[in-house]
Amino acid sequence: MVEQKLKVTLLTGRTIEQGVGKEKGKASKEYFDACSMCYMDADDMKKLGVKNNTNILVSTPDGSVVLKAVKYPRSATPGLIYVPYGPWANAVCSDKTTSIGMPSFKGTPAEVEPAPNKQVLTIEELLKSEFGR
Amino acid sequence: MSIVKSVTCPICGCLCDDIELTVENNEVVKVKNGCAICESKFIGYRGEHRIKTPLMRKNGKLVPVSMNEAVHAAAEVLANSTYPILYGWSSTSSEAQRVGVELTEEVGGIMDNTAVVCHGPSILGVQEVGIPTCTLGQIRHRADLIIYWGCDPWSAHPRHLERYTSFTEGRFEKSEWKAYMQKLKAQAGQKKMQSAMRIESGRTQLRPQTCSIPGMPQTMSKDGRKLIVIDVRKTMSAEMADYYIQVEPNKDYELMQALRVLVRDGELDVDKVAGVPVEYLKQVADALVNCEFGVIFFGMGLTQTAGKFRNVEVAISLVRDLNMRTKFSIMPMRGHFNVTGANVVSAWQTGYPYGVDFSLGYPRYNPGETTCMDVLLREENDASLVIAADPGANFPKKAIENMVKHPLIVIDPHMNATSMLGDIVFPSAFVGIEVEGTAYRMDHVPLPLKKVVEPPKGILSDEEILTKILAQVKLIKSKKTAKKAEA
Amino acid sequence: MVELLIKNGFVFDPINGINGEKMDIAIKNGKIVEKVTRKAQLIDATGLTVMPGGVDIHTHIAGGEVNTGRIVRPEDHVKDVVSKTATTRSGTGYSIPSTFVTGYRYSKMGYTTVMNPSMAPLEAKHTHEELNDIPLLDKASYPLIGDWWFVLEYLRKGDLEGCARHVAWMMDITKGYAIKIVNPGGLESWGFGHNVHSIDDQVPNFCITPREIIVGLAKVNKMLNLPHSIHLHTNNLGLPGNYVTTLETMKALESVPYEGRPVGHITHLQFSSFGGDGWGNMKSAAEEISSYINAHNHMTFDMGQVIFTDTTTMTADGPFEFTLYQLSGHKWVNSDVETETSGGIIPFHYKKNNAVNATQWSIGLELALLIKDPWKMFMTTDHPNGGPFFAYPRILAWLMSKKAREATLKKCHKKAQKKSLLPSIDRELSLYELAIMTRAGQAKALGLKNKGHLGVGADADIAIYNINPETTDIARKYKSVRRAFKHAAYTIKDGQIVVKDGEVVGNVSGRTMWLDVQTAEPCRIDDEMRNKFKEYWTVEYDNYPVTDHYVKVKDPIIVKASV
Ligand code: SF4
Ligand SMILES: [Zn+2]
Repeated sequence: MVEQKLKVTLLTGRTIEQGVGKEKGKASKEYFDACSMCYMDADDMKKLGVKNNTNILVSTPDGSVVLKAVKYPRSATPGLIYVPYGPWANAVCSDKTTSIGMPSFKGTPAEVEPAPNKQVLTIEELLKSEFGR
Repeated sequence: MSIVKSVTCPICGCLCDDIELTVENNEVVKVKNGCAICESKFIGYRGEHRIKTPLMRKNGKLVPVSMNEAVHAAAEVLANSTYPILYGWSSTSSEAQRVGVELTEEVGGIMDNTAVVCHGPSILGVQEVGIPTCTLGQIRHRADLIIYWGCDPWSAHPRHLERYTSFTEGRFEKSEWKAYMQKLKAQAGQKKMQSAMRIESGRTQLRPQTCSIPGMPQTMSKDGRKLIVIDVRKTMSAEMADYYIQVEPNKDYELMQALRVLVRDGELDVDKVAGVPVEYLKQVADALVNCEFGVIFFGMGLTQTAGKFRNVEVAISLVRDLNMRTKFSIMPMRGHFNVTGANVVSAWQTGYPYGVDFSLGYPRYNPGETTCMDVLLREENDASLVIAADPGANFPKKAIENMVKHPLIVIDPHMNATSMLGDIVFPSAFVGIEVEGTAYRMDHVPLPLKKVVEPPKGILSDEEILTKILAQVKLIKSKKTAKKAEA
Repeated sequence: MVELLIKNGFVFDPINGINGEKMDIAIKNGKIVEKVTRKAQLIDATGLTVMPGGVDIHTHIAGGEVNTGRIVRPEDHVKDVVSKTATTRSGTGYSIPSTFVTGYRYSKMGYTTVMNPSMAPLEAKHTHEELNDIPLLDKASYPLIGDWWFVLEYLRKGDLEGCARHVAWMMDITKGYAIKIVNPGGLESWGFGHNVHSIDDQVPNFCITPREIIVGLAKVNKMLNLPHSIHLHTNNLGLPGNYVTTLETMKALESVPYEGRPVGHITHLQFSSFGGDGWGNMKSAAEEISSYINAHNHMTFDMGQVIFTDTTTMTADGPFEFTLYQLSGHKWVNSDVETETSGGIIPFHYKKNNAVNATQWSIGLELALLIKDPWKMFMTTDHPNGGPFFAYPRILAWLMSKKAREATLKKCHKKAQKKSLLPSIDRELSLYELAIMTRAGQAKALGLKNKGHLGVGADADIAIYNINPETTDIARKYKSVRRAFKHAAYTIKDGQIVVKDGEVVGNVSGRTMWLDVQTAEPCRIDDEMRNKFKEYWTVEYDNYPVTDHYVKVKDPIIVKASV
């Protein structure tokens, strides 16, 4: 049965593509491709009826963002999604520092839903929509 | 055309210093020895995203201005603010960081570096229990057990394995590269055989040779160096490991405590910890105790998940316990090439490694209070200077919302997310490509950064820009005191 | 250039045999001169004591180990903060002060030259970067090479000349000043978690003994004509009964020809003079050690005095810090450096009511008082190991006043009181002897020709203290003397007044000294060496040396070697 929404745990972190992209430049296509995506478990994608390389909406109490869903190639990670570090990930990360200066970039509860008709924002569009600049 | 050897790569905490660059017409045209990220930087750094002149926001738009105008404006902002944040510092030289501390002291602000969002919790853990560690060569020469916990060197520090750990030749330990290649071949062969058998027998499923229970070992016993990877998902690094342990998210702390119990010869009366069977953990504990020299490298899988600095503290405690049985080290996988230097410089000048508050005239340090993230979230800042970092891309949204409410000065070679949001933007030269300097490797070994090409005309180094702003701030302040004295 | 004339002070200049005579000291262009013109700025030193600037032969103030100490101990700094002023930078103390504060505090006590005794060659750039940020002092560093693989291999082969050439090379490229040896052989063993326990133990994998390392490097030191002798932290340091090892070490060095110049310096001798055979019966062996030293002339020493306070121990002796960790369970840093050395840190609180700590306090003073010749024994705390350097005035008071010693001993653990030799020692050091132990002797042992004295041509590094030796009964009024040494009336560095009435008023960078050792046949950096380099270290050969970029004010000292 296809579900409307899936509760997951959000992780953010590095990927080599994100590393290559950031050295190329934050406005580069490489950086956009590397960071505006989201790794998902294959079974989870099935459950949501999401196809590889189609868009999803990730939401947390801190915000929501449209990302491209990509099947995680190496192991089953049911209930986990992984977004590379970048402004897209930060749109949904928790800012709670639990009084030690460090926000919670990994292990945030989140919801995923298919968003085939929504656009992934470019970095300029994203900053504009968030900070008005 | 000229070839420059022994160049230090100014990207990640590995700080590989064996890069060979071919330079033609003041341009790097070929990169030897570097990883993919390294090549991307040395070849791609001069691309279209380079900022060409100082910029200032006028009528909502960033427009070109003179260096002089930008310096004056930035100095005015800083000299007139009461609680500015001076943040970043991880992708610049220690020479620039030194000037940064003085500037922050002069304006009574907060000096914070990117450790606050990567290994700040590691430092807090270290301040609780210390840290048994070593330089990377010690691991190369001696380590027969290498553990990566909550980090993926293959993606974030691509040459770590090849230069410092499993795949390098040491005096007392040999490289595992050949063995790994053989394993790969064997696996490929196995796969071929399996598909052949599948076709033959007409069956669709065949039990693979290696154990498929998640988290179970691929190879339980072998000679030479062993590689263990512990993570919440099977990364590229995990694929290379002899043992891969898949821990449930946010449960590293439990897993570590369980290992501590086992290493101290205690018993666990559960079947599984953090999703890993205790039977299996026992074998891992045996491997830990029986090695000659073991090491744990850890990353943000520990510092950014539930427990944060407590995860690091317990990881170090595990290593303390292990030192009662054998020799063991632990090291954070520092990300930016000179984030270690930012901590080091800040510590020698102020006593504290990050999150230093000068608003009372002397250095104060209380992470959670004097760290920039908290100041931003409490909305106490009244100006910011961001250098050699991109919080616009890496900070949670709310923090940046507050940052852009007040004047924002940015110093960076590239138009990144933060410079797009800035009010006064200084283009700077690339440290380690266009200007020389010093950086500290993740194990605190200092290395020189080379200048291999000339910066674009009129583009200054971070150190020079900061020095100009500092001089101007001092001037403004001395005028102020003179005025006061007159009155 | 500025001229200065210090008029009418009581001058203590032991190298020139001047013992409290009233005289003038003239200064021009940063040097002491015969006389100055009438335009010279006058300092009226009437009723004040004038000495050469203080010299510290052993104090951990900069580099990787020290800085890691700073990072792990915020609790150390929070109780001791220093605000920015118009002339000085801000910073923090306490036992591991930030760089600027280190410079200011030494200068306030009249010190002008300090030696940083522990520098891992691989991390030498870091040490030098910090030294650049320590103002008001001349400085130098000793590279740690007693467990360096090259040294072990050359000495095992018996190739002293080859060893000497590589040591010369090491001095040059680390910008170092002296050969530092720490727990020889023990640090290499510690690479796999082991240690050596006597000077005749074999070092695993290297077929060499500590004795061979010590004697070999002492001979190398001689061949190279280095100004200082080998600077040695003995095996078994900090363990009960280790005085036997110390005696054997000193005897072993008798085999190196003395020729009028010391062949070795044992540092922080207090930590190497423990009797007993366990912590329960640990006691002083100051008697045994000092009677040997009084009968022999081939070595010099410094105290490593313990101060009762919360401090931070840090040493390249990784296995020793591990022992302290096992004893205390405190936060513990270990930091091994590939191919070269190791290191460790443990916070430590020396308490009067702890029998072992109080005995250590007593041992340091016993040694300083029982060793008759002040030219052999210098005042240090092995900062911050025995205690922070700014406690020096307290030690001076103990050395000069039996009353001061009694006042402290009275508060010590009963067991320590009973065992202490101090009540039987009446010696009270004079200002002249003190000037030897705190500057003249140290400068001489270091071979610093222009320091530690006030003769014409010497560096104009001078301390003036508010002590009138004619009217003050130092032994009784030890508290006022202590105060005077804590806040110098004037400190003059390179001919400039940098401290006045205990406050920093001037700014001089201070120089970094190192040895440019010139061997007849220099160390050949051929392909073989380069390959070996690749095998041994994880950095490229080209990136290893400390280039001139890393030294703000350069003061290389040329040494002609006899190989
Ligand atoms: S591993 Fe890091 S330092 Fe080494 S080449 Fe790659 S990016 Fe550069
Ligand atoms: Zn010492």
